Amino acid sequence: MVKVNGDITSFDGKTVTELLAENGYDPKRVAVELNLDILPKSQYDSTVLKDGDSVEVVSFVGGG
Amino acid sequence: MENNDKLIIGGHEFNSRFILGSGKYSLSLIKAAVENAGAEIITLAVRRANTKEHESILDHIPEGVTLLPNTSGARNAEEAVRIARLARELGCGNFVKIEIMRDTKYLLPDNAETIKATDILANEGFVVMPYMYPDLNTARDLVNAGAASVMPLASPIGSNKGLATRDFIQILIDEIDLPIIVDAGIGRPSQACEAMEMGAAAVMSNTALATAGDLPMMADAFRKAIEAGRQAYLSGLGRVLVRGASPSDTLTGFLRD
Repeated sequence: MVKVNGDITSFDGKTVTELLAENGYDPKRVAVELNLDILPKSQYDSTVLKDGDSVEVVSFVGGG
Repeated sequence: MENNDKLIIGGHEFNSRFILGSGKYSLSLIKAAVENAGAEIITLAVRRANTKEHESILDHIPEGVTLLPNTSGARNAEEAVRIARLARELGCGNFVKIEIMRDTKYLLPDNAETIKATDILANEGFVVMPYMYPDLNTARDLVNAGAASVMPLASPIGSNKGLATRDFIQILIDEIDLPIIVDAGIGRPSQACEAMEMGAAAVMSNTALATAGDLPMMADAFRKAIEAGRQAYLSGLGRVLVRGASPSDTLTGFLRD
């Protein structure tokens, strides 16, 4: 199981690029943290998710 | 206004001294708010991406405006550092406003954790602008930690109560050799003007605009107030008499003997 933004998902064995595409995220407008470390965009294609991984996908919103 | 009067933060020059927030109002108002405010810096927050919302706030911010992501939501230095790194990875520069709160009722910043986060992020090359409770010792620690400015609160976030911490902000202005940017609680243009008359380098406002009847018009009012306050500060305010009066015309007494 892979945790994505706090939700349990079954993206095990898929790449970060696939995760973003299947969830409808625009890769240009998000940043990804994998197990508390920033994942550079250049590694989205080559990073395969595995059981126990925790992924955060964030973007900008309004704020003060 | 003299055009050589620049606000300098981390080596970057700005003409505007009004830092605009982008929270709690429609994305469709952002462009008008930025333009009427004359703002060159706008704050943003970082949140878990929404898979259903495809409109990005970035599409509404005019070109050339510096983005200042905040670390709201962070409860300690470690979380603030994570949020700052994510914000930089979003590819919009290296400015960050550190905002760390343990307290959810009054939303007061945790000064000790803020110093820790400032130290880490300044070492990683961020332009660090820490939001803080106005305390001189903390401000000195922030300077030593590598802050690019210090952002003391005027009153609790979102309260529109004005300069409740006036005298303590004045101490920071007088003693700290970095831009002091009054952040949080400024509710009216007159309060923003007063902060600038005191010598604040800039004012940051969000809720005062977001809760105003006409947001773009209020942005314009704030811009004028901030410019007026800056000009008054630069010109040097007239003195105040402790008691008595002083005539503003010469008393020649021509009706007397």
